[in-house]
Formats: sequence, structure tokens, C-alpha cells
Amino acid sequence: MTVLKKARGAAVLLTAVLTLGACGGSSENTGGDQAGKSTGPGAGTFSVALTEPDHLTPGNTSSSYSITVLQALFDTLVVIDAKGQTQMRAAESVTSDDQQTWTIKIKSGQKFHNGEAVTADSFADAWNAAAYGPNAWTNNYYFANIEGYDKLNPEAEGAKPTAEKLSGLKVVDPSTLEVHLTAPFSQFPITLAYTGFAPMPKAAFTDLKTYDQKPIGNGPFALDGDWAHNQQIKLKRFEGYAGPRPAKSAAVQFKIYASRDTAYTDLRAGKVDLLQTIPPASATEAKKLLGDRFVPTASGTMDYLGFPVFDKRFQNADLRKAISMSIDRQGIVDAVYNGTFKPMSSLVAPLVPGYREDACGETCVYDAAKAKALFDKAGGLTGTLNLYFSNADPSYEQWMQAVANQLKENLGIADIQFRKIPAADYLATLRAKKEDGPYRNNWVMDYPSPQNYLESMWGAGNRMGWENKQFTDLIAKANSAATMEASIPLYQQAEDVALAEMPMIPLWNWQDQAGYSNKITNVTIDPYSPNLDTITVK
Amino acid sequence: MRYAVHRLLQAVPVFVATTFLIYAMVFSLPGDPILALAGDKPVPEAVLQALRDHYHLNDPLIVQYGLYMAGVFLRGDLGETFTGQPVSELLTDRWAVTAQLAATAWIFELVVGIGLGVVAGLRRGKLADTAVLAGTTFVIAVPVFVVGYTAQIVLGLNLGLFPTAGTDDGWPTSYLLPGMVLGSFGLAYVARLTRTSVVENLRADYVRTAAAKGLRRSRIIGRHTLRNSLIPVVTYLGVDIGNLMAGAVVTEGIFNLPGIGQQVFQSIQLQEGPVVVGVTTLLVMIFIVASLLVDLLYGVLDPRIRRG
Repeated sequence: MTVLKKARGAAVLLTAVLTLGACGGSSENTGGDQAGKSTGPGAGTFSVALTEPDHLTPGNTSSSYSITVLQALFDTLVVIDAKGQTQMRAAESVTSDDQQTWTIKIKSGQKFHNGEAVTADSFADAWNAAAYGPNAWTNNYYFANIEGYDKLNPEAEGAKPTAEKLSGLKVVDPSTLEVHLTAPFSQFPITLAYTGFAPMPKAAFTDLKTYDQKPIGNGPFALDGDWAHNQQIKLKRFEGYAGPRPAKSAAVQFKIYASRDTAYTDLRAGKVDLLQTIPPASATEAKKLLGDRFVPTASGTMDYLGFPVFDKRFQNADLRKAISMSIDRQGIVDAVYNGTFKPMSSLVAPLVPGYREDACGETCVYDAAKAKALFDKAGGLTGTLNLYFSNADPSYEQWMQAVANQLKENLGIADIQFRKIPAADYLATLRAKKEDGPYRNNWVMDYPSPQNYLESMWGAGNRMGWENKQFTDLIAKANSAATMEASIPLYQQAEDVALAEMPMIPLWNWQDQAGYSNKITNVTIDPYSPNLDTITVK
Repeated sequence: MRYAVHRLLQAVPVFVATTFLIYAMVFSLPGDPILALAGDKPVPEAVLQALRDHYHLNDPLIVQYGLYMAGVFLRGDLGETFTGQPVSELLTDRWAVTAQLAATAWIFELVVGIGLGVVAGLRRGKLADTAVLAGTTFVIAVPVFVVGYTAQIVLGLNLGLFPTAGTDDGWPTSYLLPGMVLGSFGLAYVARLTRTSVVENLRADYVRTAAAKGLRRSRIIGRHTLRNSLIPVVTYLGVDIGNLMAGAVVTEGIFNLPGIGQQVFQSIQLQEGPVVVGVTTLLVMIFIVASLLVDLLYGVLDPRIRRG
């Protein structure tokens, strides 16, 4: 019952992080041979359950719901396939000699839904708009490592930008874009799979407000009619599509739900064909009911327990480790999330290249006796222990209570208080470093690179106030490594440093559960995309 | 007529006071709505500036409110949501849904509620009366989301009598089940109110007099008892129009009806001042108009009030 409530509470929040994985597209299409049977290629319409997106301009949304729609409307330069490997999509190649100057070759012959050709300008224009501070687009900070970004986003209060275009973007010819970064960054190609880097046609810039309502993309589906807010978004196959993944069905209807529970009921009633977020409370039932049509999908989203390392009481690494060892992750996941989430012993999610199942070692294994010994050795804890979390979802309070009970029982911390903070104020509290106790920290993956986790959460200016030169040096070295492969061991070393100091404890990794009706086949959902283009209607 | 005009004029200060109050309350919510929108991701200072300027979030309360009111009255502009959708457009979209839902629930309450109440009142102490009392107690005791999910799964999913959710089938089909769920609480209330009132009036002197004069029982009940019994019920039904519109958050959620209640809930969470003010002001107006209508109806039902 409580999880039921949770789902409804969460679903109405635009900021809810019921993630799909925030990245890119899919493996390239598996070939045109499966369209054979009763229908010709591409007949039929199917529906997909969705929560109302915030925006549909690629540069201006990081909502997983918007991204689901954008992944059908747009082809990004590269995509991440089901195995986590980077594949070219709109790009012919993405190369660099020094990991700092990148040359992007764009496939020729591709068109936007309005007939305009997709060129290097389409990307440069879209990126410049997203990086321009006064536009205030959500994905602005993704462009912060491109040269000239600071001119578009002056730090000083009231200062006006001194440029409108990133000096680091050079359109060499219609099919070549050169990108100059401020520092070497070996992970750059992976980031291009994010829909925030999708191209926009010239037509968009005459009226960006209208474009947000009626986006024109270069993907296998085009918008059909108006975005009926809170009701539906209709897409139809783009007949002029020349890319690698033509749509196998004629149309997609996104039906917008405010509650996941209702969407799930509609899936059972056959009113909607695909639901990507079956509520955890219904997982067992859905598995029985749907059989093969129940698809658990790995997610990049992680929960952590962060420490205010800037606070004297939490400066002892042994104390932080003792707390980590006194938490029964599996028990909590079973009780609160119906066993659907996965206890973590690593700082990065399992789908990230370079993930090591047991990176953390015994420090992340529940052992009450060892925890207590370590806790006493570290000198224990004086005063009240405040636990911080937001009220965005009731499950946060549930697992925090479980954590508190375990700390009480296993470590003997008697005085524990809960600091439940309104969702709108929670991150501001953490940003201002007003917390004086462990806090819930959540991360939704932007792109599958250890860098996205490690540098964002443990890097310079992190929330914990944790500083470690060895860590930052390793990250810098990894970022400038010659190849993706060469960067991985360096990121792992950095992860080891962060785990040895444990300023933030890994807790568990989220998992999504998708389900679909018996009306559709060839459903190839992966952590990076629902791959709506492959779906055929029976 | 003068009475009606007088009552309408009274609404003006109520309107100004409520809008300001609501604006001030949203304004005073803790936290920074713009930072909250960004979630866990970093936001450059230039972006924060641009957004705060756009929504006038750096201005003091009185300036914000003034700008908002100026927009409303000078340009007919109700402001926009944080996702850039005009509030006026949002209201028109959502309004239709809520109005249809509330109307369905209200009619259900009115017809079935009064019907059950009258039957129970006339057959006091009999089986029908006991059944109505027990049934309404049950409905009042069970929370609306339990009623909602149960009705949805049993009547919608398992038996297939109604659509499970959404507005695809239009009015009335899509709204029948949610309307009944939403109206169930009010129905129970109306039925009990009617019953008590009927029982009381049946014992009143004027009924005895009418019976003594030899009037037919049907006429005594239809013309005299019921008419007098309905005064408290009408009051309740009038006020309930507002409740049904504002209080449908849960029902709208369960049945996926994109209505006003859901919007208010979302917007308060996001601290979208203009939306909350726009929607609640409209609701306040409905409350005012509904209670005005109730007062006027009193006059029709009870001549003493009209003359007084």
C-alpha cells in the first residue's frame, strides 16, 4: 500500500526521476527481415504510456519522458547500443588525435522532417543555442567544456554575454564539424549520444517557442498534429527518412498518464501497448501476468548516502565506513522496493563500462559486528545524528527509517533525527552545505561513462566538501587518455581512491520494469532507449 | 435583483484578498523553484539569472503581484508555467475535464443521494432505511483512493463495464466511473442529510395539519415535506460544486483525467505562482457564484427568506 502511494506521489512530479536512462539511441536496426508475416512493413499504430514531458526542444530537456519522445523524433550523432558500446548514427565518424580537438563527419543525404538537409550547421546552431546563457536551456552545462562557453555564460551577476556563438565550434564544410574543447576529454563521443546534442533545423530558430511545441527532427518518426498537453502526443513515420533505422510501424501514440499505477491498469486492460515504468509494487504480479512481455531493464540511476565531510564529526573515514557496513542494503531493497533494485558495491552503475561488481569490497558488505568495532575504533559519534532526505517520494523516508534503525541497533547511535525537507528546497539545502548529517543523494546517468559519475559527484566543488588531489589527478589523466579503453583503468583507480575514503556510500541501483501488450512484437528496449522504431504491430 | 448585485459586489474584495493571499503563500514557500527544476545537475549562473528575470523571481512580493495583476487586467495575460505553457491555455484544457467530471459527480450525488435519502426517510426503521444508513456509513468511512482503485479494477478492468482510465471515450462514458467515485462521498452525505430532514419534517405540525385537512399523502410528501426538506441539502450541494472541482486530485490521478485538481497539486510543488493563483482564483469565483445561487434558490424554496 505504501509503495502504491509512493508511485502516485512521484508520478505527478515533473521532476520525478523515474529514469529510463538518459542517453542516446539503440543498436542499429537488426535488419529489415523481421517484417515478413501478416503485415507489410510498417502498418499499424501502437501506444506508449508516458508522463507529460516538460519540453521537446532537445537542448532544453533532461526529463526521461521528453527523451523517450525525442529518441523517436531525432537521430543523434552516435548512440549507445544494448551492450553499452558507442555506435555511429547521424555521424560517419568522431575522431581526435589529442582528445581535445574533435572532428565530426556527418553522414550525407539525411533530412529533417521539413525537408531541410542535416548539415554541420544543424548541430552547431543547436549547440550554440543551448549554450547561450540567456536562453536558459536545461542542457546548458553540457557545453561547458567547449571553448568559448564562458563568453556565453558570464559568471558575474548582471553581466551580459559577450558572444552568441561558441568559438570552439567550427563548421569546416557542410559535413564536417570541428569541436575544440577546453581540456582533453576522452569520453566526448559518448556524450554525443545524449539527446541534448541533437541537431535542429534552421526553421526552428525563427520561432523557438513554436518549435518547442512542434519539434522538427531528423529521426524515423515525425510529429503528427499538435502536442495535446497532458493527453497525448502523436507521431507518424517519416517517409523521407534516410538514416539507419526506418520505423517498422506507421505511427506511435504517446498516451500521457499522471500515475504509473493507472498506466499499468491500462496496460492490463489492453488500452496501452507499452509501459516502461511498471510500479515496483506490481512487479511480481506483472511478471506472472505478462510472462515474456515483462522486460526488466537495467538503469543507470543510483542512490547514495552522502556525508558532510566539511563537518568535523564526519571527517573520520573509518566512521563513514562503519556506517556503510552497518546498512543491510538487500534487506532494505526487499522491504521498500519489492526486491527490484540492486544493492551496490560500486560507485558506478552495472551498465557503465568499467563497472566492477565488488569494487567496494567488505566496506559495502553488511556486517554488524565489524561495523561496531570500526565505529568504536573511530571514536563513535557525539550528539544528534540528523538524516536528510526530501519529501519528493515516500519511499525515501521508508528507507531512511530502515537505515536509522540499523544504525541504532548495530552501532548504538541512540539520538537520530529525520530531516525531511520539501523537495523544492532539498537540493538548495545541499548546495548551500546546510546539512549537518548524512543525506540521500541520487544520480541519474547522463551517459554511460564512469566519468559521468565520478567527476560529477566526487570531483572539484563536490557536495560533500571532500578534496583529494590523487583523485582529481587520476580523473584528469583518464579524461586525456588516448582511447576509451585506456581511460577505464584510470577511472577505476580514481574510484578506488573515493571508496577508500568513502565520503559517499553507494546504496543501490535502480531498475526499470517495462511491459507490453500482445498487440506488438520486436520490442527491443534497452537501458538507453525504448527503440520504438523496431516495434511492429501484429 | 438588488440582492444579487449586492452579493456580486461583495465578491470584489474577496477576489483581491484571495489572489493576494494565495500569491503571498506561494511566494513564501521555502526553496528556490528554479534550482529545484534543475534537479541534481549543475546550473550555470547565467541560466539562473535568465530564468529568474523571466519569471520576475528576484522582485519583491508586491512588485511580482503587481506585475501579475497588470498582466491579467491590461493584457489578459495569466502568465505562464515553468515549461512555458500559457496559463490561460492550460486552464481551458483542464477546465473542460474538471467541469465534466464535477458535473457527472454532482448529478450522481443529486439524483441518487436525494433519492436514497427520501426512500430511507419515508421508510424509517425499515430494511431500506437500515441499508442506506449502513451503505453510506461504509462509503464515508472508506478513503476515496480505495474506492477509486477498487472500482477501477473491479468494474473497469475485470468486468469491463467502464473504461479504466483516460478521456478517450469522451463524456459521459469516460466520466461515469470517476464521477461515481468522486461523488460517492457527497452522495452519502446528501442521502443522510435528506433522510434526517425528511424524517424531521414528517413530524412537523404543518404536515399533521395537511393530513388533517385530508390532502393526499403523495401531495403532502411531494409538495410540502420534500420542498422543506431540501433546504439544507441544497446548501450542501451548492458548496459541494466547488469541492468537487477542487477536491478531485485523487480521483483525477487514479483515472488519469488531466483536470484542475491535478494541476494545482503539481503547481504548488513546483511553486508556479501564476498557475496556482489563476486556478485558485477561478475556484474562488466558483465558490462565490455557487453560494450566491444557493442563496437565491433559498428564496424559491422558502418564501420567508425571500421576503426577509
